[in-house]
Amino acid sequence: MKKPTTLKILDVVTLVALLGATAMVFFYAPIERVMGAVQKVFYFHVAAGWVGMLSFLFAAIAGILYLVKKTKIWDLVGVAAVEIGIIFIFINIVTGSIWARPIWNTWWTWDPRLTTATIMELVYIAYLMLRQGIDDPERRSRFGAVYAIVGFLSVPLTFFSIRIFRTIHPVVIAGSDPSAVGTFDMTPTMFQTMMVSIVVFSILFIDLVWHRIRLGKLANQVEELKFNIQD
Amino acid sequence: MITIIEVRNLIKRFGHKQVLRKLNFSVQQGEFVALLGSNGAGKTTLLRTLSSLSKPNYGEIQIAGYYLPGQSAQVRKKLGVVSHLPLLYGDLNAEENLKFYGRLYGLSDFQNHIEEILQLVGLLKRKKDLVRTFSRGMQQRLAIGRAIIHDPEVLLLDEPHTGLDQDAANMLDTLLQEIASRGRTVVMTSHDFPRVANLATRFDVLYKGIIHSSKFAKDLPQHGLLAYYQSIVDEIDAGGENQDAA
Amino acid sequence: MQPKTSFFKAMFAVVWKDLIAELRGKELISAMLVFALLVIFIFNFALELDPKTRSALTAGILWVTIIFAGNLGLNRSMAVEKDRGCLDGLLLAPVDRTAIYFGKSIANWIFMLIVAMIVLPIYSILYNTNIISPALLLVILLGSEGYVAIGTLLASMAVQARTRDILLPILLFPVILPVLIAAVKASAGILSGFPFSDLQTWFNLLIVYDIIFTSVAFMVFDSVVEE
Ligand SMILES: Nc1ncnc2c1ncn2[C@@H]1O[C@H](COP(=O)(O)OP(=O)(O)O)[C@@H](O)[C@H]1O
Ligand SMILES: [Mg+2]
Repeated sequence: MKKPTTLKILDVVTLVALLGATAMVFFYAPIERVMGAVQKVFYFHVAAGWVGMLSFLFAAIAGILYLVKKTKIWDLVGVAAVEIGIIFIFINIVTGSIWARPIWNTWWTWDPRLTTATIMELVYIAYLMLRQGIDDPERRSRFGAVYAIVGFLSVPLTFFSIRIFRTIHPVVIAGSDPSAVGTFDMTPTMFQTMMVSIVVFSILFIDLVWHRIRLGKLANQVEELKFNIQD
Repeated sequence: MITIIEVRNLIKRFGHKQVLRKLNFSVQQGEFVALLGSNGAGKTTLLRTLSSLSKPNYGEIQIAGYYLPGQSAQVRKKLGVVSHLPLLYGDLNAEENLKFYGRLYGLSDFQNHIEEILQLVGLLKRKKDLVRTFSRGMQQRLAIGRAIIHDPEVLLLDEPHTGLDQDAANMLDTLLQEIASRGRTVVMTSHDFPRVANLATRFDVLYKGIIHSSKFAKDLPQHGLLAYYQSIVDEIDAGGENQDAA
Repeated sequence: MQPKTSFFKAMFAVVWKDLIAELRGKELISAMLVFALLVIFIFNFALELDPKTRSALTAGILWVTIIFAGNLGLNRSMAVEKDRGCLDGLLLAPVDRTAIYFGKSIANWIFMLIVAMIVLPIYSILYNTNIISPALLLVILLGSEGYVAIGTLLASMAVQARTRDILLPILLFPVILPVLIAAVKASAGILSGFPFSDLQTWFNLLIVYDIIFTSVAFMVFDSVVEE
């Protein structure tokens, strides 16, 4: 299976876009008055969180499609989305901690979003462990699909439950609650940088999912060849 | 003659492994068919697919006039299944196990019926005993009682003799003959050639994913089953895989 | 001829079966109960409990106890179906798979409630304070419903895995958090003597979560048992 030209182009585009976004974060967006340079972590923090959520949504949709159609491709999409989602949410949690350290003077806060992100991470690690524990490939796909659906359903409910506790996380976009520590007013250049970061991370996501699906397909072919040799 | 089981071009895969390869199989009402084949030939897979526990990847299955997997509820009503596990609850007694399955099959007023079945499988005296205290032979007989609780037209048995001693196996054979004599259709897998030879009216060899040969008991010489089976297997092995069903 | 046995008949057959099997050995409930008591004792020494001043803690401990004991029960309840091939026996019957799901869920729910009904008075005696109230019973009823709804589904998957002994809590606990949070908050409010109207939000949430979890489990259960 040769690497498709479109994918090669996408790889290059992703790389350039990532460099561009990084440059924008450091040279285009202004340094925030109160928080200083550490605020720059915010752009990738938001973008990674956004893409992570999106991946898990994809995994749930792929799960539904797998249960309806029982075609392997949706299983591959589901696994790809979950694995990549785990990485992005991990980036989100780590950047969140880096940001929190100077602002709230703590690595960790029991803020609803950070907590939900971490629980979400645990849900999808459980997803991987479930798959690991099942030998029959068809059953593994089926159970993975079911758990991706249940897990994705539970995450917003968890967020909602925790949200009813008082939040200390800055509500960046609505920006109306002056009491929340760490809130800042976004300048137009900051906003542009954030949007660009989100778009670039989305491109990165598509690129990675594509690669992961290709890898899954190749692994399947290897399995098939092995069986043909055995026969 | 009425065809009660009709299987056409059945394909069943596990991952990349194709276990049943366009298998054709048909059984007439009242036949007692023995499915023979080496370990891993796919006998259990075929029975599980017939019993609607496992969905085929391809092919057509018709049982007692209903299609699988589309009309599985109707098919399930017509089928009794005995697997290598007893499918019984150890913490319930014999009577309660039958009651439970009777309810699942939608029977009502079944107290007398349950007594009859317990009588038939020779467990009437032990009906209040917990199943986990039963020997393997008793569990196997009760498993048959469970399988025929709704008076199915077709009985599927997967290696029912495994793990039984001589006496238990003899009792099982008597029971199976009794059921067959009531006009029920039986499909059974087994490794125990001498026993099968006395029970079945037809012998099918499942090998490399298809039914390769089918022979009636009356066409078989005395003590000839093993020789017949061996000849089929040798023939296929010699002829390679392109040898088709006889 | 009706092809399928009526939904309720099949469902109650499953509940009946689980109840009489349990009445006989009482293995599941006694294991859950002993485990629950151990959890309470461990918490007592680990946290130096004084429920009169720390009602929030009491609620938390109560729910941790219920959830751990419930996990034990769920695992066992599905393992019984898997071990002698009984799950196949259920699937061979002409019944809706969801009747099996609801039957197992109801039985599990009953077991959890029985354990809670025994744990509550014992807790009250141990700490010489009455924590039993209709409002708290309602929270336990609602909270454990959501828990068994999703727990029965996940236990059916876990018992079919190679790693079945360790898998269920890992699968279940992260997704059951919303129910747990609402249940703990509502219980803490009740134990602190807040009026029912102040806790309305949590009750509403519990009901909504129960409905969501039960319907989703109901919709996907087929995929968990059908090959
Ligand atoms: N659930 C399963 N997953 C993967 N492979 C299976 C499964 N069930 C059976 N097989 C494979 O299918 C083949 C046929 O098995 P089976 O039908 O049990 O054979 P038999 O009953 O004739 O001994 C075996 O090679 C077995 O490994
Ligand atoms: Mg077998």
